[in-house]
Amino acid sequence: MRSNIITRRAILTAGSAALTVGVSGLIVPAKAQGLAPTPTMRGGSNNYRPNAPIVERIGGGGFTMTGTVRRASDGMPLAGQRIQIWAHTTEGHERDERSHGATLTDENGVFTMDMPQIVPAFGQAHGHLASENEGFETVFLRPLLDSPDQKSLTADFVLVTV
Amino acid sequence: MGATRTGLIWGALATALCAPLLAAGFSPLLQYRQPIYIIAGFAGIAGLALLLLQPILAGNYLPDISAKRARKIHKIIGIALVLMVLAHVIGLWITSPPDVIDALLFRSPTPFSIWGVTAMWAVFATAILAALRRKLRIRLHSWRYAHMMLAVIIVIGTVVHALMIDGTMEFYTKIALCALVVVATAIRAKQLFFKS
Repeated sequence: MRSNIITRRAILTAGSAALTVGVSGLIVPAKAQGLAPTPTMRGGSNNYRPNAPIVERIGGGGFTMTGTVRRASDGMPLAGQRIQIWAHTTEGHERDERSHGATLTDENGVFTMDMPQIVPAFGQAHGHLASENEGFETVFLRPLLDSPDQKSLTADFVLVTV
Repeated sequence: MGATRTGLIWGALATALCAPLLAAGFSPLLQYRQPIYIIAGFAGIAGLALLLLQPILAGNYLPDISAKRARKIHKIIGIALVLMVLAHVIGLWITSPPDVIDALLFRSPTPFSIWGVTAMWAVFATAILAALRRKLRIRLHSWRYAHMMLAVIIVIGTVVHALMIDGTMEFYTKIALCALVVVATAIRAKQLFFKS
């Protein structure tokens, strides 16, 4: 008796699951060109400074932060997008003004920032990035270094039009 | 107990408590930190070290100390522990307010925060319970049970918190201190609840 109920439930569950997967499988290819938008990461906006100036490099440099900025609707690279970058480095704390700087993406939607070496702070070696651009939702990232000896870090943005 | 053995036990305990603090003093990360951040970090390490003393004093495992004196020191170390937790959290708050607010609200991206904050609340609860024990006329058995449960939460929370952090503590002294704290707590818990 008991096994009968479970079997019927199992069939119903599996059936509806298969139906859901099948239908969504039919829908997804219709907008396959779109990219999943990059969600803001927890703690990403901590110690953010609005309107940090565009700089050639932050401090003395030596560590490279790179990434790309693309549009969610069609995956097109976005040029001239302002990305602010900050971290706890060998030259200053996250909150220090001198630890912040912004840069713009090139025609391929690529940004690069030369900055001081990131060092572990608050228990993790991590950086912060903000995409702060008109016409797109603001996104804050907080990527981690795999090792504190790492000399570069990559963070990509896929932005949603407001 | 021989004087040599007594000396060895005290020496070993002093080493277990001081080595992690001393080793952290040589951390290369210190040069990139402001004084308040350094103090906050060391308050955390000192708190972990004090945790080792608590089960040892509660069980009166040290030579040449009367049970009464051990209890008294246990109480004083308990108060010191509360002060270390406060110094740790307030120091970190001054260093980076949003990171500490995230941690206290259990929404921090760092996986170790939840362990540390849980241990913090357990430390505060222990202090409040200890202060109200007489007033509330809590019976010895209930008191021991509640105090030990909180102690276990504090020890597990603090040890996991410390082990997951990439900070100023040196790797081997951190592992050794954490292991000692867990073992000492387990021995005391076994003695209290599984008397053979």
